[in-house]
Amino acid sequence: MVQAPALPAGFELPLKQRLPRIGAVDQVALEARAGELAKRSIKRESKLWALELAIRCCDLTTLEGQDTPGKVAALCSKALRPDPSDPSVPSVAAVCVYPNLVPGAVERLAGTGVKVASVATAFPSGQSPLDVKLREVEDVVAMGADEVDMVIDRGAFLSGRYAQVYDEICRVKDACGEAHLKVILEVSELGTYDNVRRASLIAMAAGPDFIKTSTGKLPGAATLPVHLVMLEAIRDVYEETGRRVGMKPAGGIRASKNAIQYLVQLHETLGPDWLTPDLYRIGASSLVNDILMQIRKEKTGAYQSRDYFTND
Amino acid sequence: MAEISKRGERAPVPAEWTYAPAPESREIVRLREQYGLFVGGEWLEPAESYETLSPATEEVLAQVGQASAADVSLAVAAARGAFEDGWSSLPGNERAKYLFRIARILQERSREFAVLESLNGGKPIKESRDVDVPLAAAHFFYYAGWADKLEYAFPNRTPRALGVAGQIIPWNFPLLMLAWKLAPALASGNTVVLKPAETTPLTALLFCDVLRQAELPAGVVNIVTGDGRTGAALVDAEVDKIAFTGSTEVGKAIQRRLAGTGKRLTLELGGKAANIIFDDAALDQAVEGIVNGIYFNQGHVCCAGSRLFVQESIAEPVIEKLKRRMATLRVGDPLDKNTDVGAINSRAQLEKIEELVASGREEGADVYQPPCRLPEKGYWFAPTVFTNVAQSYRIAQEEIFGPVLSVLTFRTPDEAIEKANNTPYGLSAGVWTEKGSRILWMAERLRAGVVWANTYNRFDPASPFGGYKESGFGREGGRHGLEPYLAFD
Repeated sequence: MVQAPALPAGFELPLKQRLPRIGAVDQVALEARAGELAKRSIKRESKLWALELAIRCCDLTTLEGQDTPGKVAALCSKALRPDPSDPSVPSVAAVCVYPNLVPGAVERLAGTGVKVASVATAFPSGQSPLDVKLREVEDVVAMGADEVDMVIDRGAFLSGRYAQVYDEICRVKDACGEAHLKVILEVSELGTYDNVRRASLIAMAAGPDFIKTSTGKLPGAATLPVHLVMLEAIRDVYEETGRRVGMKPAGGIRASKNAIQYLVQLHETLGPDWLTPDLYRIGASSLVNDILMQIRKEKTGAYQSRDYFTND
Repeated sequence: MAEISKRGERAPVPAEWTYAPAPESREIVRLREQYGLFVGGEWLEPAESYETLSPATEEVLAQVGQASAADVSLAVAAARGAFEDGWSSLPGNERAKYLFRIARILQERSREFAVLESLNGGKPIKESRDVDVPLAAAHFFYYAGWADKLEYAFPNRTPRALGVAGQIIPWNFPLLMLAWKLAPALASGNTVVLKPAETTPLTALLFCDVLRQAELPAGVVNIVTGDGRTGAALVDAEVDKIAFTGSTEVGKAIQRRLAGTGKRLTLELGGKAANIIFDDAALDQAVEGIVNGIYFNQGHVCCAGSRLFVQESIAEPVIEKLKRRMATLRVGDPLDKNTDVGAINSRAQLEKIEELVASGREEGADVYQPPCRLPEKGYWFAPTVFTNVAQSYRIAQEEIFGPVLSVLTFRTPDEAIEKANNTPYGLSAGVWTEKGSRILWMAERLRAGVVWANTYNRFDPASPFGGYKESGFGREGGRHGLEPYLAFD
């Protein structure tokens, strides 16, 4: 029997009756399944459908030290109208920026339906005192962010202080108020699929709207097997509590083909209910242009040069 | 701004994501209208012939020969001639060259073989493309490596070839079973007369092209098509050994027939494998293993995990997960790249499956089939799972050889062993647990030729395969697979 972590009081994990069953993940079989789903052949109208969904689910992201209000303004325009020459291409779900750039994004996107997301809690490391993290969350919400992307304290998680990880997410969730919360596990620092599953369940127990793979600041961010582990954890929570938690892979998804593989996995693991920006996001920066290129190719039958798509 | 969001609303978003058809093209396969028998490197005109079908559409693909006893004798004589006329005295490394060549040609023509295998057999293209054909090539590569090392395979013994091997293969993995049979026989210096299954002769006939391309000496491999009569004629012919893969019933008949003749025999027969899930297993992956165990190749697998034993404490979530997973199985056109479950191989097999499933309903088990639209033409059966199955039901005892799973429960490891071994068969078993020591404990006690741990239906040319009890005797694959084709002085 896998040893359960020390769970804090009121820990309403899906596994009330079967607490020891955080369960295990078999690496070989998991990777085989992910590999198999990646081979689905998605063509023509079903491809176009997936590409448009990918755009609608996109969190268009810029998280650089060199970000300026001007850069964010350009990104917001792109978010609203990804392909100026094709009005049928939908807007993305959200723009994701650093806290200082939230006001500019809010101003640009007010009333458009495109959300403003801000990273917080000492992104990307999370290695700051809790009161500093909470203050940051309160600030970005006050500045008008609709969504907050927090990072878990991996140091606490890896040293077995699961309760601390859980409590911190609960506090951040409180600080968010009406704003949606996405919890970044930073999977490439967790080391094993078992840890990814455990972190997913601990995070979901604290009641966020989304769980998210990565900050995008480390190599080896989102991968198909990690994505599958997290989807399966979301499914278990849904089966046992009826609560639908959203999923956001982020980092390293640059090609349309790759984005479609994630969507296929989502579709065949959680079903059609999750195929909506309310429950699924893709964190990406360069992916959108590749999708636009593919959409144009599906519609016209020919590839266009990169020069026909705006770099923002 | 407002204008843009309005535009967003106008964009039509269909509620459902359905995958567009993604069929693999048939163009790559050129079928002849009529096929003869491949004897002594030439095509022999058969006196009689019959139609071979695509089970997915019932379309006639070609006419193939029904070899008579006289045709079989000719084939055996050709094999005998080739054996005496050089093949048996050829140095091992020379035989290896042919096998390597065959393996490489199979790889080069893999798409052609995969398409034809799915066309004639009904299995999903993703399986023939990713499993059957690559494994068939791997088998030739593997035994090519043994051809010049037979003395090392059996130290202190002097191996020599038996002579002519008669080989009879089933319809579930036509090309792969051909490879399992031919590769060790040729590597150890025998010549062969092979009879493909009645319903799936086409890849074996296409394989004759490969033999010619590889310039294998005439008569070393002869291929005679036909029904059970051809098989019986081959059993009675002047061969030194019979290797049979197929049903237990026919296997027993062959064994009776050969008793006292001095001909060697290996049998790889039916199974009713136990797939055992402990409560500490990685559940989502175990569910994948259950699905792969029984719905792989429509359950037309002798080692299929057709009896699922779930520890009672997790039976409920496992069955729920399994049913949900079954609903995502895509049943349909075998040539579609997204198809997970293809067509049942023949009308006779479909009737047998239907009969056993009806008996399961009658005996009182609960049945579940996910909603799926089956094509109107062709032979189809939806993935099926029976729960509340008792050990005494026919569906828990008899081999169904279709996409039908029987779920039973157990409480302790001892009970799992007792129930799993309580069958006349003993080909394979699966164990799912996170505990390494329990895997070994189980493997020691399961009376089955293959025990998979935390995986299922995984094959490798280096790994011996074969049964206990009514699942047959003799091993195929690995070093063990050479022994049935060798005599020792």
